[in-house]
Amino acid sequence: MSAESSPKIVIVDESPIRAAILEEGLREAGYTDVVHISEMQSLLSRIYALDPDIIVIDLENPSRDVLEQMFQVSRAVRRPIAMFVDQSDAASIQASVEAGVSAYIVDGLKKERMKPILDLCVSRFNAFAKLQDELDRTKHALEERKVIDRAKGILMKVKGLTEEEAYVLMRSTAMREKKKIGEIAQSILTASELLK
Amino acid sequence: MTTPLRVGFIPLVDAAALIVAVDKGFAAAEGLDVTLVREVSWSNVRDKLNIGLFDAAHLLAPVAIASSLGLGHVKVPIAAPFNLGLNGNAITVSPALHAALMDEIDGDRFDPMATSQALARVVAKRRKSGAEPLTFGMTFPFSTHNYQLRFWMAAGGVDPDEDIQLVVLPPPYMVDSLANGHVDAFCVGAPWNSVAVDLGIGHILHFVSDILLSAVEKVLAVRQAWSEKHPDAVASLVRAHLRAAEFIEQPENRSEVARILAQPERIGVDASVIQRTFDGRLKIAPDGTMRESNRYLLVGREAAARPDPGQAAWLYAQMVRWGQTPFKPEALKSAMAVFRPDLYDAASGRPTGVPNLIGAFAGPPFDPSDVPGHLAAFKIGRWKP
Repeated sequence: MSAESSPKIVIVDESPIRAAILEEGLREAGYTDVVHISEMQSLLSRIYALDPDIIVIDLENPSRDVLEQMFQVSRAVRRPIAMFVDQSDAASIQASVEAGVSAYIVDGLKKERMKPILDLCVSRFNAFAKLQDELDRTKHALEERKVIDRAKGILMKVKGLTEEEAYVLMRSTAMREKKKIGEIAQSILTASELLK
Repeated sequence: MTTPLRVGFIPLVDAAALIVAVDKGFAAAEGLDVTLVREVSWSNVRDKLNIGLFDAAHLLAPVAIASSLGLGHVKVPIAAPFNLGLNGNAITVSPALHAALMDEIDGDRFDPMATSQALARVVAKRRKSGAEPLTFGMTFPFSTHNYQLRFWMAAGGVDPDEDIQLVVLPPPYMVDSLANGHVDAFCVGAPWNSVAVDLGIGHILHFVSDILLSAVEKVLAVRQAWSEKHPDAVASLVRAHLRAAEFIEQPENRSEVARILAQPERIGVDASVIQRTFDGRLKIAPDGTMRESNRYLLVGREAAARPDPGQAAWLYAQMVRWGQTPFKPEALKSAMAVFRPDLYDAASGRPTGVPNLIGAFAGPPFDPSDVPGHLAAFKIGRWKP
């Protein structure tokens, strides 16, 4: 970073994990003045009080419309305000919207200084999305494992099979019916519920 | 051959034609494979439409104009070939403000001039006693709600920028904000007014149709460049929505429509609350007082769906009146060009020339050919000729 002082960045995000990932990234990049707001109550007054140079907000936050007003009603902040995104930044807008992040810059901060910050936010948002995706998949895999184990137990009990045999039976059925083993296990659970 | 389209919407009753067009198969019958994407903010709908993540969208009419003029955001010309609804908003006030207004009112309580003058007296009294200014919630800086509130207040002598506070609130937060005293009143679309009345924390003071006889509310918006590249898809969209609008307006279909809209992935509120809006029969006070109007929300009746450039001109005039943009004849022209009756007529094959007269309760009749002259008739405003 240049000798210019670090811009004050406010992160508006209800997800504490994503905000932490973002904040850490910004600090690593040398931006020391970062504040996270998770409370949506009286968002505007808090932002006015903090008086940031840049606001980064999660796109799925309904309060984005509230921020748009801030950029309209400059009367309330007593100084001109503009959004960073202008005609020339179409590619940046697209990248940020697709990643789920929106950023606003307060007038007076050079646009060139915004670019690396936005790029960083976009990559961090993408990293978070990937993390979330992996988490969901792990969760799903764990649940599937539980279902398969319960189905195995039922087969062992009802058909007098060993654990290995029960698993082989489910796997071969899955292959024959072109289904996932988890689906076969689920239908065994459903059937056993019905037959109770 | 089907055309896949992604269409963004906000969960509100005036997204009805969009939702019914898809869920009743009218879009599919036109060869369109529409995926409806529920959104949380108008900024998101606008941005995703502007950068091409959406092919079409449910949009506040003033946002379509602001986007075309580059006001408040990136300039992306929009074409609106179909009105999704006329009217449909209401002004709801807290029980305390309602009581204060009724104490001051001189005349009929459904007469917007009488309530507006009562508001001016309430505002004056509060100022004298040193109380905080009243706070009103609305949905977006470029919104019909913003202009409708301002038009009503200013008629009775209240300056919406000096005498009260106008704040933007996402519609789902309106009711909470009224309950916890963050706002004293709000202007919003259905179903949020009814939700506040049902909870006993609000009185519906006015239907917007008390203030303006016919006011375009939401439009079906596409990028102008996209409409030029895909004329057949635009025509198919218009036809599918016209069929949906006609279906919605048949009284015998109302309960089915309300059920479709009530689904969790659509609007996700009780069907009976949604149906009130279509019936134009609303509970307006916690004590159960009912009020009826056949102009509460118009979807397909009275050529409501046909875009009227005169309506766009009126919205542009409001942006000028409240200082959002200086008056420029070429900008007026661009604003009017957003509304595309030509595309509507070509697709529907039934050109109807009936304009949707604004019919405001105060001021001279609106004349699109003389916006500065029209605005000069209003005492309160941020516009300098």
